Amino acid sequence: MADEMPSDLDIDAAAGDAPLLELTGLDVRFDTPDGEIHAVRGIDLALNPGETLAVVGESGSGKSQTMMAAMGLLARNGRVAGSVRYRGREILGLPSRALDEIRGARIAMIFQEPMTSLDPLYTIGSQLAEPLARHKRLGARAARERAVELLALVGIPDPERRLRAYPHELSGGQRQRVMIAMALAAEPDVLIADEPTTALDVTVQAQIIELLRSLQRRFRMGIVFITHDLGLARHFADRVAVMRYGQVVEEGPASQVLSRPAHDYTRMLLASEPSGTKAPPPEDAPVVLEAQGLDVTFHIGGGWLAGPPLEIHAVDRVSLTLKRGQTIGIVGESGSGKSTLGRALIRLIDGKGDIRLFGRPVGELDAAGLRALRRQVQIVFQDPYGSLSPRMTVGEIVSEGLRVHEPELDARSRERQVIAALEDVTLDPALRNRYPHEFSGGQRQRIAIARALILKPRVLVLDEPTSALDRSVQKGIVELLRRLQREHGLSYLFISHDLSVVRALSDWIMVMRRGQLVEAGPTEDVYEAPAAAYTRELIAAAYGLSDREQAGRR
Amino acid sequence: MIRYVLRRLLTAIPTLFLIVTLSFFLLRVAPGGPFSQERGLSPEVKANLERVYQLDAPLWRQYLNYLADLLHGNFGPSYNLPDFTVADLFRVGLPVSVQLGASALILALVLGSVLGIVAALRQNRAGDYAVVALATAGSTIPTFVIAPLYQLVFALTLAWVPVAGWGGGAFINKIGPVLTLALPQIAIVARLMRGAMIEALRANHIRTARALGLGGWSVVVRHALRGALLPIISYAGPAAAALLTGSVVVETVFAIPGVGRYFVDAALNRDYTLVMGTVVVIAVFVIVFNLIVDLLYALVDPRVRYD
Amino acid sequence: MTEMTAPAPAAPPSSPPAGSPPAKGRSLWIDAWRRLTANRAAVISAVYLVVMAVACLVGPLLTGHDYTTIYTDYVRVAPSLTPYPKPDALASTLDDLTRRMRLDLAGWREENGRVIVDLRSARPIDPRVTRYFDRSSSFEDSRVEQTGADGLSMTVSAAVARHYFLFGTDNTGRDLLTRTLIAGRVSLAIGLLAGLTAVVIGVIYGATAGYLGGRIDDVMMRIVDILYSLPFIFLVIMLVVFFGRNFVLMFIAVGAVQWLDMARIVRGQALSIRRQEYVQAALALGVSSRGILWRHVVPNTLGPVVVYMTLLVPQVILLESFLSYLGLGVQEPLTSWGVLIAQGAKNIPAATWLLIFPSIFLTSTLFALNFLGDGLRDALDPKDR
Repeated sequence: MADEMPSDLDIDAAAGDAPLLELTGLDVRFDTPDGEIHAVRGIDLALNPGETLAVVGESGSGKSQTMMAAMGLLARNGRVAGSVRYRGREILGLPSRALDEIRGARIAMIFQEPMTSLDPLYTIGSQLAEPLARHKRLGARAARERAVELLALVGIPDPERRLRAYPHELSGGQRQRVMIAMALAAEPDVLIADEPTTALDVTVQAQIIELLRSLQRRFRMGIVFITHDLGLARHFADRVAVMRYGQVVEEGPASQVLSRPAHDYTRMLLASEPSGTKAPPPEDAPVVLEAQGLDVTFHIGGGWLAGPPLEIHAVDRVSLTLKRGQTIGIVGESGSGKSTLGRALIRLIDGKGDIRLFGRPVGELDAAGLRALRRQVQIVFQDPYGSLSPRMTVGEIVSEGLRVHEPELDARSRERQVIAALEDVTLDPALRNRYPHEFSGGQRQRIAIARALILKPRVLVLDEPTSALDRSVQKGIVELLRRLQREHGLSYLFISHDLSVVRALSDWIMVMRRGQLVEAGPTEDVYEAPAAAYTRELIAAAYGLSDREQAGRR
Repeated sequence: MIRYVLRRLLTAIPTLFLIVTLSFFLLRVAPGGPFSQERGLSPEVKANLERVYQLDAPLWRQYLNYLADLLHGNFGPSYNLPDFTVADLFRVGLPVSVQLGASALILALVLGSVLGIVAALRQNRAGDYAVVALATAGSTIPTFVIAPLYQLVFALTLAWVPVAGWGGGAFINKIGPVLTLALPQIAIVARLMRGAMIEALRANHIRTARALGLGGWSVVVRHALRGALLPIISYAGPAAAALLTGSVVVETVFAIPGVGRYFVDAALNRDYTLVMGTVVVIAVFVIVFNLIVDLLYALVDPRVRYD
Repeated sequence: MTEMTAPAPAAPPSSPPAGSPPAKGRSLWIDAWRRLTANRAAVISAVYLVVMAVACLVGPLLTGHDYTTIYTDYVRVAPSLTPYPKPDALASTLDDLTRRMRLDLAGWREENGRVIVDLRSARPIDPRVTRYFDRSSSFEDSRVEQTGADGLSMTVSAAVARHYFLFGTDNTGRDLLTRTLIAGRVSLAIGLLAGLTAVVIGVIYGATAGYLGGRIDDVMMRIVDILYSLPFIFLVIMLVVFFGRNFVLMFIAVGAVQWLDMARIVRGQALSIRRQEYVQAALALGVSSRGILWRHVVPNTLGPVVVYMTLLVPQVILLESFLSYLGLGVQEPLTSWGVLIAQGAKNIPAATWLLIFPSIFLTSTLFALNFLGDGLRDALDPKDR
C-alpha cells in the first residue's frame, strides 16, 4: 500500500493509458451468525477513461459488494482483501480521512434507492452544498450558485426554487437526478452507478440513462454500471463483465459478450429474456369475468376538525372482458391503478361498477356468496417474502384454502391435495414441513401459486408475480404459468410493469395511466403499432429504441 | 402553524373535561370520605364540616359546582390541610418541583444523549457495553433505593452533603434529589439514543454521504444525530410532564417542599379537591408537553406538516 | 433484486435432492431459540432467574426460621456467618435473664453446648423459673439439675439454641434471609400475575383495534390516550382503595392499568400485519376475520409480545415495590422486597443490611429480567438478517 501521497501532478501524469480504476484479486467475506459468506472471490476488473463498464449479474452475484468494498463502504461484518487502484494508487485500506479525499472527489457513487438515498431532513440545496464545500472548498454563496448550475445540468426544472425543496417533495426520478448532481458536484472521473434505475418507472429509467450518457460524453467520465438488466447493459455499456457467485465468468466488449457469449451462464442469462407469444383463445370461448365501468376511489385523511378527506380516483371507469383460457396483460407505471384494478375485480377492495363472474353479478354479494367467489378467483402477489405467513409451514399455507372451503376434508386427504399442488408447481412435497424463510424467492412464488391453485380456481389474478425475481428464475415461473394455464384451462389477469413479460404471456393487453385505460387490444397489435402516444413512449423506453426527443424532455 | 396550535388546544378541552369527569367520579365512588378517617369526630361535627364544604349536596350538584369553580380558576380549599387552598399549595410547591424536575430533565437529556451517541459509535465494543450496563442499572434500581443509598454514602458516611431538606434551594441540597430524579432518565435516554443512532447510521443516506467523501463528524452530527433526535423528543414530552410535577419518593426521602408529596396522601385521605387539583395540573402538563413535542417534531422533520 | 448491505448467501440456490426425506423445518421460534442460547448474558440471566425462583420457593423451608418468628433476644443483629448467641454475648444474656427472674447469678459455665447456671436467692426458688430459659430465644431444653437443700440455690442447665442469621434480623428480631426469600415469592408472583393480566388485556384490545381499524380503532385508541393522561399513581391508588388489601385482586388491577403500552404495541403490529400480503392472500382465500386474527395476526404479534412481557414483569415488580414502599402494598407479616427496602431505608445508618440485602435481591432480579428481555428481543427480531 502506498504510504506517500502522490500530488495531483503525479496523478495527472499517470493518467495517460493506465486504467482509471483497477481491481485485482478483490475478495470480500462477511462474518454472519450462520457462518462466513464468501461474497466476492478474487475478481479482477479495470475501468478505462471515458469508458462504461457494465457489471451484470443476478442477486447474490456479489456485483454490488465488489464496488462497495472498493469504496470502503462495506458493512461492519465485511472483510476485504486484494487491491483497488485509482490511477495507479492503492486506495484499499486507506484510513477514512485519506479515502475521503478520493471518495466523492475522484470517484463518486450513486445507488438504487432514490427514496432513501437522500437525507429526508435537509433541503436539496443544503445537501448539494455539502460535497461542494467539502471537495471544492466553496463558500455558501458560491456553493449555492454552483448547485443551481448542477440542478440545471441534470435536468431539474426551475432549479432556483427546487433548492429549497425537501427530498419527499420530489418524484423518484427527480431524486435520482439530484443524487447524480451530488455525485457530479466535485467533477469526479469515475462514477459508480449501482442499479440507478431499477426502482424507477421505465419511462423515467430511459431519461436517467440518457442523462448519464450525455454527462459521460461531456465530462469523459468512466462509469461502472451495476445492473441485473442485460438490455440496459447492451444499450449503455462499452464493456460488460458478467458475475456469478462472486466471480467474473466472462468479460469483453458489450457487443461481443451479449451477442456471442462464450460462457454457458451468459448464454443462460440471455436465453432467460422472456420470449414466445400467447395465442388468443377461440372466438367462442365462454366469458369468465366481466367488468363494466369499474370505479375505485380512496379517501385519505380527513376527520373531525381536519377538513374533508383527500379523494384519489385510483381506477376510473375501466371495463374488461376475460374469456376462458385468455390472458389479459395489464401494464402501467407505478400509480397507474393497475394493482387496484386487480384487487377490485376480486372484491379485495370495494369499488363501484358492475362485475360479473360467469354472468352473475358479484358486486353485491353477501359473505357466503363472496366465499363462493373466492373459490373461483384467486390472486398471486408480487412480493414472495411478504405474501407467505412467516410462522406457518408451507403445508399449512398451501392447505389454508381447503380448510375454508372444504372443512369436511380429513387430514390425510388434505395432505394428499397439498402434495399434488406442490408437485404441480414442481416443488419437492417433502419440503412441506418447512417454513417460508428457508426458501428462495422463486420457490416462494411457487408456493404462493400452489396456494392459489389448490382450490382449482378458474381465474388467477397475477399481480407482478415475477417482478421481484431474477430473470433466470422469472423464466421458470413464466413457463410454469403457461403450463398451468394449458393443463387447467385457467384465465389470467397478468398485472405488470415489465412489458417484455407481459408480451410473452398475454394475448390481450390493457395500458393504464392515472387510473384510466389508455389503450387496449391484441398484444401484438399494440406492441407493433401502438395507437396512443403514452403507449409509444412506454414501449420505446422499455425496448431502448429511445427517441431523443422524448427521453430528453422534462 | 398557529392554526394547528389553536386546533390542538381546542381539542385539549374535551380531553381535559373527560379526565376531570372520570377522576371526579372515580374518586367519589371510592369508599370513604375526607372526614371519615379523623378520629374523635362526632357525627354532628362531621355533618357540619360536610355542610361547610357542600359535601352533603347530591353528587351531580357537587360535580357541576366543581366544574364551575374550575372554570373560574378556583381549585377549592384543601380538606386535610384546612389552612390552605389547593391553589396556595401549588403556588408554593410547584416552583420547587419544577426547578428540581427541570434540572433533572436537562441533565438527563444532555448526559443521556452523549452516552447514547458514544455507545452507538462504539457499537459492540467495551465502551458500548459499559453504557448499556450503566443504562440497565439506572433503569432497574428504583429511586427509593438510590435515594437512601445516596444519603447513606454521601451524607451520613462522607458528610459531603446534608441528609435532607430544601435549604432555601441551596445548590448542595439539590444535588441528591436531582441526581436521584435524573439517573433513571439518563439511563432511558442513553438507551433510546443508542438505538436511534445505530438505526440512523444504517440509513441509506448515510451511505450516500460516505460514498461522497463527507465522512467523519458531518455524517454523525448533521445526518445521523438529527434523525436520531426524533425518538428522544417523543420520549422527553411525557417525561418532562412527569418530572416537573414532582416525585413522591424523592420529595419524601429528601424532605423537599414540592407538590409531589401531596398526591399520595391526598388520595389516601380523600382530600378530594387536592387530588382533583393535582390531576388537573398533571393533565395540563401532559397536554402542553405533547403539543410541544409535536411542534418540535415538525421543526426537526420537514416531512411532518401541520396545517 | 435488491442488493442488501448484508448480502444473501452467494452459494447456488440448491434445489433439494429428489426423494429427500420429509425434512422438519426450522421455524422462526427454533431460530430464535438458537440465537437466544448463543447470547451469554441472556443465558446467565435465565439461569439466575431460575435459581432465584427456586431459592424463593424452597429457601424459606431450609433457613431454619419461619418468616413470622420473632427472636426477642436478637433484635436488629448484624449478618453473621457464625451462629447466635455469640460466646461473649452469653454472659450478658444470662445476666438479663436472671435479673428478670429476680434471682442472683452465682456462676455459670458452658459444657457440650449446654450452659450450667448456679442461681441464688434470698427466698426459695420456684423450679418453674426454667420457663424463663425456654422462653428466651437463646436457650431451650432447660432442666433443674440440682436444688440446694435450703431451696435458696439451684443449678439449672439449658441447651444453647444456636441460630444462624446470615442476613441479620430486622427491627422486631425476625430473620432477614427468610423474610427476603418470602418477599421474593410475593414479588415474583405479583410480577408474573400482573404481567400476564396486562398482556392478555393488551393483546386482545390492541389486536382488535388494529385489525378492525377505522372508526372503532379511533375510539378505542382515544380511550387509551385518555387513560394515559390520567396520573398513573392516581389510578393505582384508586384501585388499591377499591380492592382493599387483597393483594391478588390488587395486582390483577395493577395489571389492568399496565396494559396500555401493550395495547399500543400490539395495535401497531396488527395494523402493519393487516397490510401484509399474506393477510391479503388469506382474505382472497375467503378466510374469515376470526381465522385471520387467530392464524395470521396473533401468531405474528407474539414475538414483540413475548419481549414486552419480559420487560413488563420487572416494571410490575418495580411498581409493586414502589406501592409497598408507600405502604399500599402487601401487609405485615407478609412482606415483599419493596416493603423490606422501605424498612431498610428507615434504619440507615444503624442497620444498613436491612437496606442492602433486599436491594441486592430486587435489583439483581430486575437486571436479569432486563437482560433476558433484551436477549429475547435480539433473538426474535434480528435486525441484521
